[in-house]
Amino acid sequence: MPVPVRELELDLEAFEGPFDLLLALVLREELDLGEVDVAGVVLAFVERLEEREELDLEACGEFLVLVAALLELKARSLLAGEDAELEDLDPAVAAEELARRLAEYRRIKEAAARLGERLEAEQSRFFRLGPAPFAPRPEHRLAPQQPAALAAALRALAAEPPAVSLAHLELRFPPVEQFLGRFRSLLTRRSRFDFDTEVAGMTRVEQAVAFLALLELRKADEIELSQAAPFAPIRVRRNETAKPERSERWSVRSA
Amino acid sequence: MERPLRLVATNPLDRLARTLEALLVVASQPLSLEELSEAAGDDPQRVETALGLLADRFREGRSGIVLERVAGGWAFRASREAAEACGRLFERPVERGLSPAALETLAVIAYLGPCSRPEIARLRGVATDSVVAGLVERGLIAEAGREQAAGAVRYRVTPLFERVFGLESVSELPRLDDLGGDAAEIRGRLETIAEKRPA
Repeated sequence: MPVPVRELELDLEAFEGPFDLLLALVLREELDLGEVDVAGVVLAFVERLEEREELDLEACGEFLVLVAALLELKARSLLAGEDAELEDLDPAVAAEELARRLAEYRRIKEAAARLGERLEAEQSRFFRLGPAPFAPRPEHRLAPQQPAALAAALRALAAEPPAVSLAHLELRFPPVEQFLGRFRSLLTRRSRFDFDTEVAGMTRVEQAVAFLALLELRKADEIELSQAAPFAPIRVRRNETAKPERSERWSVRSA
Repeated sequence: MERPLRLVATNPLDRLARTLEALLVVASQPLSLEELSEAAGDDPQRVETALGLLADRFREGRSGIVLERVAGGWAFRASREAAEACGRLFERPVERGLSPAALETLAVIAYLGPCSRPEIARLRGVATDSVVAGLVERGLIAEAGREQAAGAVRYRVTPLFERVFGLESVSELPRLDDLGGDAAEIRGRLETIAEKRPA
């Protein structure tokens, strides 16, 4: 149930009755807008809205428009002499514009009411509703074509495309053992070496596997690794303290 | 030998009338005189006379199907006495639940001719985007070109609108100037207010 804005009952100092009557009286100049408490009108409306416990956008919209028009009228009548600052708004022109809009809106309201009545009267109209059927399509004749040209076009489409090379996707990993052996033999000759120098000139994949071998050796405690800073050269040193029987010893201890 | 069912079989226009009848029963929208005469392959004047014959055959009280002039053309509809039964079988989704805002917007478009959303919003004092979209969806209004200056899309009422409201054409609606008799009076009053104010 929408809030009937126009029937909104008002109980103000200067006026008591429905909002619609207030509007009519103001427009007929039988009520001085200066004495009407517009805030009171707003309060009454908000209270009514609260009673409904439901936001009626339709009514709110209508109310806002009407109250805005009322406020504008009131402001203009109160500040009649001080319109100098609003230089481009000639009060007479503005009031005329306002009157025109109000009248226009009233006519639209009236027209809408007539349409509504008409709709009501035509409630008994039933007719077939549907999309328009298709009109027969004019035949589009094609220009004469050479069968050979069509065959050629099809042949071009049917040709097998060249095989796509996947060579760049292939990665060949050398066995880690290869590097394990290499580093171990290196460590029998030298007590320390520089990893980066050793792997210089290898492919990226080989370097990666070599690094894995390095980690393996470190895990087995065969070497010690040091690096001054991230990305600095990795120094590899033979772990002198490591004993070959280490794992055996550990198992004894843990037993 | 089967005898024709038509009571007016002697009328030379009867064959044309039967053709028109067939065309109208196939159509889901009103057919204009031009469309009918083109499809029937006959002279528009003869078609019009034949339509007159048909309109008499298919009229309220005589037939359950009524031929009417609507939305700039001719169309069949159900007779009013069958409306209740029709209502039990079918809904009227197009006009069901038209809100006051939708009716107002429809009135602006129907009475003032093609107009854009900004124009409607100016008249009604509130934004109308969703209302306009709803009316387009119902098929009651449709786009009708753009404004010259701002390029906003303008809307007009559709033949479906005329059909739903039972209008042969929108021009059948009373003129907006004739509506709201006290509008001029309000204006006069307000103008007096403006005049009384010190300059």
